Amino acid sequence: MKYAYYPGCSAHSTARDMHESCLEVAKALGIELNEIKGWTCCGASAAHQTDRELAASLASANLLLAKQMGMDMVVNCAACYSRSKAANYEIIHSEKVRESVADSLGQPYDGSVPVRHFVEIMAKDFGLAKLRKKIVNPLNGLRVASYYGCYLVRPAEVTGFDDPENPTILESLIDVMGGSNAEWSGKVDCCGGMQNLTQTEITVRRSAAVIEMALNAGAECIVVACPMCQISLDLRQADMEKLLGRKYNMPIIYVTQLLGLALGISSEKLGFDRLMVSPAEIIKTVGNGQSIEQSLYGTVATFPYHQGYKNE
Amino acid sequence: MKITKEKTAESLLKVVQEKADVNLSACYQCRKCSIGCPVADRVESPPSEIIRRLQLGAGDELLQTGLIWTCLSCETCYARCPNKINFAAVIDALKYMAVEKGVAKPEGDAPLFNRIFLDTVKSYGRVYDLQAIATYKLKTGSMKQDMDKFPVMLKKGKMAILPPSGADKGMVKRIFKKAAQNKGTGK
Repeated sequence: MKYAYYPGCSAHSTARDMHESCLEVAKALGIELNEIKGWTCCGASAAHQTDRELAASLASANLLLAKQMGMDMVVNCAACYSRSKAANYEIIHSEKVRESVADSLGQPYDGSVPVRHFVEIMAKDFGLAKLRKKIVNPLNGLRVASYYGCYLVRPAEVTGFDDPENPTILESLIDVMGGSNAEWSGKVDCCGGMQNLTQTEITVRRSAAVIEMALNAGAECIVVACPMCQISLDLRQADMEKLLGRKYNMPIIYVTQLLGLALGISSEKLGFDRLMVSPAEIIKTVGNGQSIEQSLYGTVATFPYHQGYKNE
Repeated sequence: MKITKEKTAESLLKVVQEKADVNLSACYQCRKCSIGCPVADRVESPPSEIIRRLQLGAGDELLQTGLIWTCLSCETCYARCPNKINFAAVIDALKYMAVEKGVAKPEGDAPLFNRIFLDTVKSYGRVYDLQAIATYKLKTGSMKQDMDKFPVMLKKGKMAILPPSGADKGMVKRIFKKAAQNKGTGK
């Protein structure tokens, strides 16, 4: 399994934990991630709010490099994923955008490079059955709320990630890890991350609503696959306390961090110390020396998931 | 609500449809977009009403409607539209025009942030968070807000101190140059 890897700008700043844990997990599973040389910013939300063709061209510059490598492009950041998918979609569907991108890049790009999120690589390409055999530290029934947010799932005809209203791919990973899935309706709600700096109050209120829902579903932590969601839900908990008087103390963890733990990788290598809300309780819960057979039995017994299992 | 029809050279509808590549006559006002919109309660006109106002020939006054800069780009409107109208693209088109005509006056200066953000991309080929955030806060006088978070983020390595390196800056410069040229020709 070889891929062209696009880390995205946040990988070296606000989401170093996401990047580090992804590389660790890939290494443990034998997935080869080849960083695209000279990769540039996908344009993020600033470009598509400014100029449609500029947004498509910025994202396409990286897709073109991946095409030259002859591999699928793997992305970890949900926003980069969404922008790259949108560029492909627009290039295929609009002649005007296609021509403009070709003019910008100085060579044509046809929108053909598959853009994949690392979550898809773990669950689909590597596969759940194989992954299950690799788990050495099962989650011991840890109750997890899987949060998708916007960019992965919407709009479905552009991202093609999963069901846009009720995606379950993260839950299937939690299930394999021996966790128990919280049933909740907030998984594709918006965290308000876009207004994090500009109208912070909206972000604080939206993110608090998401955490409140997860809490009501009995979640002990929220698992995310988007750096915007992570920073909004995690960093803004201090502001939720100030604005709303609610102290949640809800750990917000990247799915690759949790999977890394389950695979037996040390929490230091997975960037757990970078999280704002302490994940100490979660790290303690995972991996108490339980055998793989027991965890296998547990997860199979509760298939397809949702019910979760408790270690008896 | 009151809908005023101002005299403009041409109605916004045509320009928006062209820029956003959408057909707004497909809207039959089912309002699924407005029901799903997470900021509908904070704005004067939710998505379906913006479409109606455009259909009724709204003029430039619509460029000052609150939703344009309150929108979270969550795309729930687009995802749930039974007629597949890309309302997120409509909002983006309204943003372009509001900035172009100099009438973008949002609470929390998103156009300014976008400009600063893209300026760092232009310089380094990638986003330089620290510079973008500091410049934005200086220019908007909001230095005090979130001040407590910076030391923690720096300590935890959640904010890079040095600018990014390794990007193909030449390609990015070329893309920005072309975008500026195309804007000049109205392409």
